[in-house]
Amino acid sequence: MKKLMLGNEAIARGVYEAGATVATAYPGTPSTEITETIAKYDEIYSEWAPNEKVALEVAIGASIGGARAVTAMKHVGLNVAADPLFTASYTGVNGGLVIFVADDPGMHSSQNEQDTRIIARGAKVPVIEPSDSRECKDYTKEAFRVSEEFDTPVIVRLSTRVSHSQGIVELEDRENYELKPYVKNPAKYVMMPAMARRRHFSVEERMAKLREYSEETLLNRIEWGDKKIGVITSGIAYQYAREAFGDVSYLKLGMVYPLPEKLIKEFASKVETLYIIEELEPFIENQCRKMGLKVTGKDKLPVIGEYSAGLIREKILGVTSDKLNDIQDEVPARPPVLCAGCPHRATFYVLKKLKLTVSGDIGCYTLGALAPLESVDTTICMGASIGVAHGLEKARGKEQSKKTVAVIGDSTFIHSGITGLIDMVYNNCSGTVIILDNSITGMTGHQHNPTTGYNIKGEPAKQVDLVKLCQAVGVERVKVCDPFNLKEFEHVVKEEVAADELSVIIAQRSCALLKHVKFGPILTINQDKCTKCRMCMRLGCPAIVDRGDHVEINPTQCAGCDLCPKVCRFNAIEKAGGRDE
Amino acid sequence: MSNKSVLIVGVGGQGTLLTSRILGDVALSSGLDVKVSEVHGMSQRGGSVVTYVKMGEKIYSPIIEKNEADIILCFEKLEALRWIDYAKKDATIIINNQRIDPMPVIIGKAKYPENIIEKIKANYKKVVDVPALDMAKKSGNIKTVNVVMIGVMAQCTEIDKDVWIKAIEKTVKPQFVEVNIKAFNLGYDFARDCFI
Repeated sequence: MKKLMLGNEAIARGVYEAGATVATAYPGTPSTEITETIAKYDEIYSEWAPNEKVALEVAIGASIGGARAVTAMKHVGLNVAADPLFTASYTGVNGGLVIFVADDPGMHSSQNEQDTRIIARGAKVPVIEPSDSRECKDYTKEAFRVSEEFDTPVIVRLSTRVSHSQGIVELEDRENYELKPYVKNPAKYVMMPAMARRRHFSVEERMAKLREYSEETLLNRIEWGDKKIGVITSGIAYQYAREAFGDVSYLKLGMVYPLPEKLIKEFASKVETLYIIEELEPFIENQCRKMGLKVTGKDKLPVIGEYSAGLIREKILGVTSDKLNDIQDEVPARPPVLCAGCPHRATFYVLKKLKLTVSGDIGCYTLGALAPLESVDTTICMGASIGVAHGLEKARGKEQSKKTVAVIGDSTFIHSGITGLIDMVYNNCSGTVIILDNSITGMTGHQHNPTTGYNIKGEPAKQVDLVKLCQAVGVERVKVCDPFNLKEFEHVVKEEVAADELSVIIAQRSCALLKHVKFGPILTINQDKCTKCRMCMRLGCPAIVDRGDHVEINPTQCAGCDLCPKVCRFNAIEKAGGRDE
Repeated sequence: MSNKSVLIVGVGGQGTLLTSRILGDVALSSGLDVKVSEVHGMSQRGGSVVTYVKMGEKIYSPIIEKNEADIILCFEKLEALRWIDYAKKDATIIINNQRIDPMPVIIGKAKYPENIIEKIKANYKKVVDVPALDMAKKSGNIKTVNVVMIGVMAQCTEIDKDVWIKAIEKTVKPQFVEVNIKAFNLGYDFARDCFI
């Protein structure tokens, strides 16, 4: 049967067809749908782990236990999982172990643009890279075979455009994979110096064998066309190159580490001009240059951002597209915003009002950095809000902590905020941490996490009690407050920031997009009462619009959350009555 | 059939993802190669979103580039203007005449351009101005704007109406099939004379 599937869905299908039985991950755009889709197959145990490091460790355990196991993450997730990765490279596997890592060139939804191939090379782990949905499925199955044959974890590298593009996939049956026996083998699995030294030799031997494999595998293929131009490429860049260059010759690499040097040399010797087309770092290109080949690549193409066929045409072939109109002079930007009804809006409104320095974190609430809330001062990586706030205090003294808060989501706190909080407790920090508890992992599209009380399949699960957790690590001042109670919330924040001890405020209110969240009627501005003071505009709500001579509420955008009447001193914001649907 | 490129543009949350899935399914059932590229994550929070649908004999890049789109399906006027340079000179441009102010306009730092549809009409011949929000209200659910737009678009393709209806039935949740088919028909009937 043929089916249209996202790259991520096709990966999940490949995992299913390969007979894998364990999948574990932390959500991260653009990788999230891999695990979400796997969760729909009852034959595979699946879970959301607290973070990528734990997820990889669970997958390693499952592999040692004889199962085919996977984990999936975004590029920055691999940084978190780097520690187990580098040593799992030494231990190797029992059942096949495949790690899906989705890069985000162009940073559609990320804080940096790092290239996974470089970490993989550092860890000496082979990398397979599909270029469309069909290859996502086929290469996943090959990745398991490589993992088992060469006794190594395998990284399947994706990118936003491969993960989030749909293409046609031919479905096949699931392989009946039998659990391999578990045999105690400390020389292979206990990585203390004496054993690890021997295993490093195994790693180098394996890399030599993988280099041979890379020469022969069908993952790397030559498509001969006009030999005046030869293009070496991989992943999504292959698709762009095909469209830009047309019928020339291609060496399409499906295994990008280790590279097939003999195949590359052979291909290079038969074409007149050789181009290397790859997004982000010159990974293939540097290797080719090291081999003494004359190539064109990053000397003409950028290391920054996404590629496209148009970009390749322009930079390499010098062809630009005509401008067909001149009506686009003044198109205002449309940056993402916190949704109407978002609980974080109230939080950031108060933090801005109190002129606090806000050490921010990763999630929807990063949008609190944008106008008009403009509340967030820093965003680095998952969990960093707490460490950064602690560092600010240690650099600038106790006074700084009286005007600083760290804000972090519930899921992010569990991911890697808790260790930062323990540092604050242990090292006598007097700061204030606000946990934005919206009962879900929001930005990645509503995944459950250990604080929501449900597992990946939506079944009831043990729930981490954030209050007890904070108390247990030694925080004595823990307050719970609904940020939509603006006055109370402001009072609590003022009090806790002023306190000489460390405190945690749990700002508790569900994401407005959750199904169980029901708001009242939509709101309208009574123009007779409105004095045009524009206090409501400070909320940065996408439903409240400044028309110049008056302010109004857009009924198609209003969620009816009832926050704006609380900032209006003239009672001009009223319920408009019946909802539209 | 030669390759067809459809650009779907709008504001995060307007249902562009569902639209592209219906379109993808239509192409698949018509026996074509098809690629659909979506936007997930941060832009879905009220940002400018674009989805690319390409169908034909053999599709490589999932991305549509400037001057390449045969059809642009615009869920909001300003987004129509933002992406208009992706249209071929003779492209069909279908615009929901809804206005959603972006944050820079909301806070008074930028102006929402005037007469967007007129400006586009002055530069492109095949422009359809659709009151999709009103039609969605008429269908009984304001969230069916996307399917009204699909109804309009269906009129400018050679693909049979049944294929579209089947794709909708397959893609939307069972409890919403009826209202969505109503919305599709409203769009389809509205556009009956638009593409002659």
